[in-house]
Amino acid sequence: MTLPERNTNLTKRVTRLGVVIFPGSNCDKDALDAIGRICGQDIKPIWHRDTNLDDMDAVILPGGFSYGDYLRAGAIARFAPVVEKLIAFADRGGLVIGICNGFQVLTETKLLPGALMRNEGLRFICREVFLRVERTDTPFTRNLQSGQVIKFPIAHNEGNFYLPSDELKKLEKNQQVLFRYCDAEGNVTPKANPNGSLNNIAGIVNIKGNVLGMMPHPERRCDPLLGEPDGVGIFESVIDSIR
Amino acid sequence: MKARVYIRLKPAILDPQGKAVLHSLQQLGYDEVKSVRIGKLIELEIDNSDPDVMKRIQELSHKILTNPLMETFDIKIDEDDAA
Repeated sequence: MTLPERNTNLTKRVTRLGVVIFPGSNCDKDALDAIGRICGQDIKPIWHRDTNLDDMDAVILPGGFSYGDYLRAGAIARFAPVVEKLIAFADRGGLVIGICNGFQVLTETKLLPGALMRNEGLRFICREVFLRVERTDTPFTRNLQSGQVIKFPIAHNEGNFYLPSDELKKLEKNQQVLFRYCDAEGNVTPKANPNGSLNNIAGIVNIKGNVLGMMPHPERRCDPLLGEPDGVGIFESVIDSIR
Repeated sequence: MKARVYIRLKPAILDPQGKAVLHSLQQLGYDEVKSVRIGKLIELEIDNSDPDVMKRIQELSHKILTNPLMETFDIKIDEDDAA
């Protein structure tokens, strides 16, 4: 079996993307591969003790079980040296993507509102889900279509998005929801909700629109060997935004 | 001294774990149990020399040990309990 060729539609340049590696991260290699090999960009790993993000345009917090998920998922990673710097980086307008455990870390930092609680069914869920794209005017979704249905895997035990009802109203009013769990036709139904998340929320952005958190894994849907490469649309949006 | 931090889910938060235990208890005939909520207990050994020690335990409980969005906490101090 031969691996797919690097995507040559994108001009290679010195993009400045990084993937943070915490002790216990396990999707860092997938993200490096998706953006490096598939999207043809320069991307580098960032160790959790590194404190220099000055030359970065976009930083990814990958999936996994940072620090064993002890105490609460993301709670200990939130105080890692690199995360303290990441908060300043986001405040300066740098692009941040938290995937799965990365999303949990971003809620603990308060860069994103809400909390990810234990799945309603008390089980670790590892399967593919459909998502409806709610907004395309963000750096993360500009190459996608509004209302488009995409398919990504989820693999989590704490993905049940919670926010007190008054804050949830604000989140919806500000159109901060980028992705919702839906069925294959794009209908957002209780049945299509895998984990009990309020309003079927799978991914959100901050008010400024430069910090994304999502439970599903776009980096696992970039190599055509693994199915329709819907994840490329998200990473190419980011690359186009910073080019 | 020993500080015990009792962490509970806020009343508005669903506790599927507690619900599963309640269901199991009722199946076993413990009909008198009407509700189960599951929390956490974290024990801290504290060097008591700092006069601000209570303030600091409050602070670390709020900042690290709990997520104030979904959890509340109570601190109980045992001065004699050294181990």
